Amino acid sequence: MIVLEKRPTPSRFWGAATPVAAVFLTMIAGGIMFAALGKDPVEAIRIIFWDPLFNAQFASYSRPQLLIKAGPLILIAIGLSLGFKAGIWNIGAEGQYIIGAICGAAFGLAFWPSESPLLFPGMVIAGLIGGWAWAMIPGVLKTRFRTNEILVSLLLVYVAEAILASAATSWLRSPDAMGFPGSRNLARHPGTDNPELIAGTGMHWGVLAAFIAVIAAYVLMNRHVLGYQIRLAGQAPRAARFAGVDPNRLVLLCLGISGALAGAAGLFEVSGPAGQISIDFNVGYGFTAIIVAFLGRLHPIGILLAGLLMALTYIGGELAQLMLGIPAPAIQAFQGMLLFFLLALDVLSNYHIRLKRTEAA
Amino acid sequence: MLIDPVTLVVALIIASTPVLLAAIGELVVEKTGVLNLGVEGMMIVGAVTGFIVAVETGSVTLAYLAGMAGGMVLSALFAILTQVLLSNQVATGLALTLFGIGLAALLGVGYPGSTPPRVPDIFPQALQDIPIAGPILFGHSAMIYLAVMLVATVWYVLQHTRTGLILRAVGESHDAAHALGYKVIRIRILAILFGGACAGLGGAFLSVARVQNWIEGMTVGAGWIALALVVFASWKPWRVLFGAYLFGGISALQLRLQAAEVNVPVALLDSSPYVVTIIVLVLISSDRARAALNAPASLGKVFHASG
Repeated sequence: MIVLEKRPTPSRFWGAATPVAAVFLTMIAGGIMFAALGKDPVEAIRIIFWDPLFNAQFASYSRPQLLIKAGPLILIAIGLSLGFKAGIWNIGAEGQYIIGAICGAAFGLAFWPSESPLLFPGMVIAGLIGGWAWAMIPGVLKTRFRTNEILVSLLLVYVAEAILASAATSWLRSPDAMGFPGSRNLARHPGTDNPELIAGTGMHWGVLAAFIAVIAAYVLMNRHVLGYQIRLAGQAPRAARFAGVDPNRLVLLCLGISGALAGAAGLFEVSGPAGQISIDFNVGYGFTAIIVAFLGRLHPIGILLAGLLMALTYIGGELAQLMLGIPAPAIQAFQGMLLFFLLALDVLSNYHIRLKRTEAA
Repeated sequence: MLIDPVTLVVALIIASTPVLLAAIGELVVEKTGVLNLGVEGMMIVGAVTGFIVAVETGSVTLAYLAGMAGGMVLSALFAILTQVLLSNQVATGLALTLFGIGLAALLGVGYPGSTPPRVPDIFPQALQDIPIAGPILFGHSAMIYLAVMLVATVWYVLQHTRTGLILRAVGESHDAAHALGYKVIRIRILAILFGGACAGLGGAFLSVARVQNWIEGMTVGAGWIALALVVFASWKPWRVLFGAYLFGGISALQLRLQAAEVNVPVALLDSSPYVVTIIVLVLISSDRARAALNAPASLGKVFHASG
């Protein structure tokens, strides 16, 4: 009989090895899924993981896409990871992302057609505040009324989507669009645009912000008392309270930081790659970032790598759609699978697996 | 008059049934101490499998069974991960939802716009023609009545049978239940599968009977509202029914207000079911004593029998 024996502390080796193993298992399971769809599994996996980076024909287009897609994922996931470590579950980043984008864009459009160099920083701040405020709703409800932050933050995503629809079709709609939904194009207007900083790399202000967030989170978690409090609250909530950690303060801080970062990510997207507020400019980065945070083991460097990998599956998925006709949702199922394998394999880092003879009772 | 109250009540009952089915299943799961946040994922997979079978076979019964099977397969994944491999329930539930939405969209490629068979009403036309009471009480398909009967059954089993007592014991203190010799893991796995079947059935009802179409992401948060309803109901079956009707009432009302083109912003109407759910959650959670008394004590905790 197989018996699980709890390890006194999680295994460091397996902690690092499980994400790699999970990616490998997902490739196998994904291959089976692609085979079931009637596609060549080996070719599909090659197109998703190899061709975007190294195929002579596509790489020049898809390499910059890697940073464009990884930027928002990393920025959001870094924020989420702080809360997840402390046992505070903000799963409504998608909503904060949308509201941040709307606030930032609205700020920029309010001064249209100004080209002031102060405009873009102002939009970033508006985006940060918008995301922060949207995340404060579950935060304040949790600290004041002990309402479950998981449900509230998630339900607010649907509210945010309703607000987005009304923004795109009425109050932020471009006056020049002849009735079509969608705001003015922010990316094609100097002053409100979030340009590519180094030509051909895909690097924009949002990607830079993501890298800064990685470094800041690393310092925070390892060198700052708040990082210590977050880890303590996650591992031993009772001990944390005795140590003087105020749980309410932690909830507001973690939700606030993750909301602000998600909001900023939304603004960078809407003023850069997406270009404008439209009904469906959001493509689910707020949800995929949850997978990125876990795949990166809630560690800043891990999240950086996981964000790049997840961006690769997005680009590879689009390529596979183009080349093999694999339906777009397949890649979403593929990403979900990855999280499953990761969580399943976690048993290896938390438990010893031993073979035992069943003893007669 | 803008809105006919009788048709509103009829619409309310139909709108609330998918959420009601999913919520009553999740209530049983949570009563055994397991928090499955994957309701949305199980519902949408049930919606797509149910719809596919309805279109392909023309049988509504088979469609409902397929919906249950779809939800159960997904919940089995959750059961293996959380009960056998002892993974974190919150993270695994989220994974279930993310995976389920992708899987459902993948399975449903090519099905939007297909026509499912008509879902028959079970009472004769004469009864349905009675003014007011006719359409409200007798004007529905079988699933509406089955859903209410399911609530009654769950209430009876939990409150008045030995099985219910064991289920609740496992949820209140898994260590004590284990010491008494109950198979905690096995009981929880069965409860999770039951929850999956209910969520899948709710999804199938949504696609086959209510909307009569497959649309990607068509559950739009119904699974999350079901989770909220369980909290709102303080883990009491009859209150789930009440909560589901409240939610269904608001959904039905806001759709009618939109159709009547009243002068209220569409965004406000669209988001009203979610906003009201949040408000209700706040009201329920702010009552400290009651919230603490009713939640199963072992909810969401990992059970690992040592020795």
